[in-house]
Amino acid sequence: MESTTAPVKPQFSEAAKAEIARLLTHYPDDRKKSALLPLLHIAQAEFGGWVSPKVQDLVAETLGLKPIEVYEVSSFYTMFNLKPVGKHVLEICRTGPCMLRGSDELTANLERITGAKVGETSPDGMFTLKEVECLAACGTAPIVQVREKYYEQLDSPEAVDAMLNELRNMVHRPLLPWEQTGLQHTQQ
Amino acid sequence: MGRKLLTEHINVPGIDTFEVYRQHGGYRSVEKALKTMTPDEVVEEVKKSGLRGRGGAGFPTGMKWSFLAKPEGVPRHLVCNADESEPGTFKDRHLMSKLPHLLIEGMITSSYALGANTSYIYIRGELLYVLRILEKAIAEAYANGFLGKNILGSGYDLDLHVHPGGGAYICGEETALLESLEGKRGNPRNKPPFPAVQGLYARPTVVNNVESIAAVVPIINEGGEEYAKLGVGKSTGTKLISACGHLNKPGIYEIELGVPVEEFIYSDEYCGGIWKGRDLKAVVAGGSSVPILPKELILKTAAGESRLMTYESLSDGGFVTGTMLGSGGFIAMDETTCIVRNTWNFSRFYHHESCGQCSPCREGTGWLEKVLHRLEHGHGNMHDIDLIVSVAKQIEGNTICPLGEAAAWPVAAAVRHFRHEFEWHVTNRQEATRPGAVYPGKAVLV
Repeated sequence: MESTTAPVKPQFSEAAKAEIARLLTHYPDDRKKSALLPLLHIAQAEFGGWVSPKVQDLVAETLGLKPIEVYEVSSFYTMFNLKPVGKHVLEICRTGPCMLRGSDELTANLERITGAKVGETSPDGMFTLKEVECLAACGTAPIVQVREKYYEQLDSPEAVDAMLNELRNMVHRPLLPWEQTGLQHTQQ
Repeated sequence: MGRKLLTEHINVPGIDTFEVYRQHGGYRSVEKALKTMTPDEVVEEVKKSGLRGRGGAGFPTGMKWSFLAKPEGVPRHLVCNADESEPGTFKDRHLMSKLPHLLIEGMITSSYALGANTSYIYIRGELLYVLRILEKAIAEAYANGFLGKNILGSGYDLDLHVHPGGGAYICGEETALLESLEGKRGNPRNKPPFPAVQGLYARPTVVNNVESIAAVVPIINEGGEEYAKLGVGKSTGTKLISACGHLNKPGIYEIELGVPVEEFIYSDEYCGGIWKGRDLKAVVAGGSSVPILPKELILKTAAGESRLMTYESLSDGGFVTGTMLGSGGFIAMDETTCIVRNTWNFSRFYHHESCGQCSPCREGTGWLEKVLHRLEHGHGNMHDIDLIVSVAKQIEGNTICPLGEAAAWPVAAAVRHFRHEFEWHVTNRQEATRPGAVYPGKAVLV
């Protein structure tokens, strides 16, 4: 299935090309494949939050790789979305320490409020729910990650509402990994 | 109040900038090492310090460094393992986001010791915002002459880069991390050859955890012998403990190794006791992969002595009766915790994160999750309890990397100490699966 946001023949923006050129200097000349994961992050941010087969082909072409070398990597790592997603992907941590502090209830509440089950996108296209394993913020559990921002201590309906309202009101544009996001991070 | 070697200045406003970090004594270890010490002397100080790897395995860092092959004309690398994904462990994220220059300073001093001219920080992909903090700090270090060509006029060159992962727990295993850094799936490599001989790009490589590299800074500043005076026995220095679960004050604490576990849990200086005035039921002391211990055994060793936060005391009596300090991921569970549910949750994690390369792990973790799921949900039978112990035994020791053990130990330990609770789930299905139900009996202290 093709994305509605990605062009038929996707091309990286000039800013992305400049960042890719910078990244490639980090690795030996004959080891450009090392830049694959950073490039997939850039591609995902640039093309609507997921990497379609055509986008992955573009990554392969950029690095001089066979397409299969990209597919086998993108399907191994959980951060790369292989099908279209909503405006915000809510990554809900479900691992032990989060479960001890109420992540099961958090997931149930998010499913009820957004109208999407885990793995689905809400009918309004706003939220995709995704359960993930440990996000390394166990001290402030339960938590949700949305792109680069951690929403922590989501153990009350008020905290969940505040998060969803903030996201609903956010003017959306793809956040490129090399740009400042303007999002403030909560810190433990 | 123990000494704080890593986090002393962590709350100083602006400590994430080069200028403020420098005002508080930052980069002294680089100046001392590059101007007054040979690389071998730096390695020698780290050996004297007794520092043990802070990522979980606890292998002596200085000894690991001395294994590095040094053939002429072949580049060597230092790679920082910042792929912190062990459930219960969140210290490295905190350290890097608050004190990015501490890690960079440690990377420079350590790279000098190892003769590496290109070093990498492999950071888990979820922490893109921390990557940004590190990149900013690295740019500052370049601008001030602490990275790049001819650092401080010493003739030593170093380039340092941050590399994001893509979301895979297995990439915390050092050879899987190197595969990932080469742009491949994170499948662990067969060893030998070890990374010290053939690591990144088949070149000699050392992989160290964030906290281990940060600890090199105070070791060089104060001297290895001074560092070794802190702690107890072979557990020297300080350690970051990330405390979570049912505690009044979860968070990150830098302790001098040797603090009694009881004091760590109950004193106001640390975790402040169990939340909601409840009683403690069990603790996983070193991240989800280490064996769980019931309250009575985490507070006392097999010999009946007070258990200490040290590598030795926590593993007293071996890995079966004892546990491990591991990565310092301290998960406390109160009396309302369902051990079966918790064990199932951890098994689901390992099933999800198995890279699928070795059959015992790929298939075994799936079996563990499946059988634990039916026990937890009231569809299991008594045979299932022996079945999961048997599957765990068949995974253990039969895989390329330690993820197999990490999946097996929690299950074996949970059944060992809480077998009656598993049986209760079989004999009292309706009661056991009621939301909030808790097994009324005690753990077995074996």
